[in-house]
Amino acid sequence: MTAQAPDHDVAVRTHPDSTTDGAEAKDPRPEPTAPVAPPRTDGWTSVCPLERLQPERGVCVLVDGEPVAVFRTRDDQLFALHNLDPFSGASVLSRGIVGDLGGTPVVASPLYKQHFALGSGVAVEDDSVVVATYPVRVVDGTVEVGGCG
Amino acid sequence: MSLIAPAGDGAAQNGVAAVGIDALPDGAQICSCNAVTKGALAAAIASGEATTVPQLKACTRAGTTCGSCVPTLGKVLASCGVEVSKALCEHFSRSRAELYEIVMATGLQTFSEILAGYGTGRGCDICKPAVASMLATLAGGHVLDGESATLQDTNDHALANMQRNGTYSVVPRLPGGEVTGEGLIAIGAVARDFGLYTKITGGQRIDMFGARLDDLPRIWKRLVDAGFESGHAYGKALRTVKSCVGTDWCRYGVQDSVGMAVALELRYRGLRSPHKLKSGVSGCARECAEARSKDFGVIATEHGWNLYVGGNGGFTPRHAELLVSDLDTETLVRTIDRYLMFYVRTADRLQRTAPWMESLEGGIDHLREVIMEDSLGICASLDEQMARHVRSYADEWAAVLDDPDKLARFTSFVNAPGTPDPTIEFVDHLGRRVPAGMKDGQPTDLSSLGIDTTPAPTPIAGPTIPVGAPA
Repeated sequence: MTAQAPDHDVAVRTHPDSTTDGAEAKDPRPEPTAPVAPPRTDGWTSVCPLERLQPERGVCVLVDGEPVAVFRTRDDQLFALHNLDPFSGASVLSRGIVGDLGGTPVVASPLYKQHFALGSGVAVEDDSVVVATYPVRVVDGTVEVGGCG
Repeated sequence: MSLIAPAGDGAAQNGVAAVGIDALPDGAQICSCNAVTKGALAAAIASGEATTVPQLKACTRAGTTCGSCVPTLGKVLASCGVEVSKALCEHFSRSRAELYEIVMATGLQTFSEILAGYGTGRGCDICKPAVASMLATLAGGHVLDGESATLQDTNDHALANMQRNGTYSVVPRLPGGEVTGEGLIAIGAVARDFGLYTKITGGQRIDMFGARLDDLPRIWKRLVDAGFESGHAYGKALRTVKSCVGTDWCRYGVQDSVGMAVALELRYRGLRSPHKLKSGVSGCARECAEARSKDFGVIATEHGWNLYVGGNGGFTPRHAELLVSDLDTETLVRTIDRYLMFYVRTADRLQRTAPWMESLEGGIDHLREVIMEDSLGICASLDEQMARHVRSYADEWAAVLDDPDKLARFTSFVNAPGTPDPTIEFVDHLGRRVPAGMKDGQPTDLSSLGIDTTPAPTPIAGPTIPVGAPA
């Protein structure tokens, strides 16, 4: 054991200095690599191929500048809710665990774990709290989200 | 099965719980967050309004904020004569320990198969992470492989800790709390370049706050290139093994506590468990590493190592109890191996080691018999399972950086990759970079007392202290 020893050969304690030197090592926020598709006139926004959605999980997409969580359940139903968690104020619902409570498909907020019915946006723990839902469909293998329903 | 699982309805368990809860007066506060007393809970139970923990939470608000008292709510129900179900959730009627035994015996490798064979419905945010944890120690593989990825709590899913505004904090592993000057420079450069707020943790590590989901791969590329690996701060898993400097530096140290802490941390890193696991190693009985507040703590003696188990800080602080004294290094490690694997197999979901030991019929004496005298004949199996864990360990973040499919998850908007989340904003909070809005609390401001709480600007080059004899 060589605590604090100037020996950088031990694998987990090797810290090459090249990674911290020079301007090129700095990593500022990149420019957007793929701008949002221009708005369509029919009210639908193409967001991603269906394969991009893993069953029983969500992703977040931008629709008319709003963050929208899109979920695909095991039985291949699609749901879309506004991504903002009303209990925490954070834009995180797409990162919650999908499942069912008493047969109703729900997502659990990753912050304080309230459940939201995927179909209606109603919070299971407090039905006075409702998250906006959006129509969602698949056209030729592409997921499309409509305006706020 | 019934032999090695904690006795689900054993007399000893109910006895212990009943003594603890029954000893409390009605005015005792059970839920500190919402100021709910034992009397208020008992009234809700007596009225018939609540016969389960979720009902008790709904009608009293107890346990709905930080959740620390939820296990106590079950004990209050039990002390009021209500039989508390051991079912994991509405999808699995079995307890976690029973389900673990089933998965181990059947060799099932996926949540879908386990649900089809032993559950109902589609699963939820309780059973999915619980099964993911079981599969991590039984089936192995990366936590983001295939269906496993869908089971993970958000922190495991992002391999980082979500904070209140949806950004993440990042903790590289510093085994035993050791870090070189070069390592500090590398971490500091990452924090500077990504604008992260940094703080030293209680477990002798460095936490970097305010990373966006999209930033995580680039942050970890830098950290992995600098020789760091995941610290699993996001997982119900081994966190840290804290240490004092021991015989390397301390005039009182009697063993090499740093070396032992590093060895233990490297051995158990990545081990998924029912709850987080913390450890510490002290080089003498002065106990500077606070090992007795850990799930397993090691304290050096003149003759070897004392092993303490079942300690924790937090909501209900517990001192670890002495399991065995004066162990040689090999026996110490083998005993910890068995202790951890026995815990992994038989504890309830989110049950730390202290309540787990309390739930074992026979308590610490039973534990000693199982893992030191092999009273259940399972030690070879525990040893083999831990050996498999140690053999198969790989850094989760390095694996993500090598896998385009896993990297694709780290994007704020799948239809606009690279666009940062516009809802995330930071403000200056008396010199600290913190999330904007959402919390009512005001910055601590003691200026009325003439105390300036604004931190001094960080010196670029520190002041020098003259060394040597005065002129």
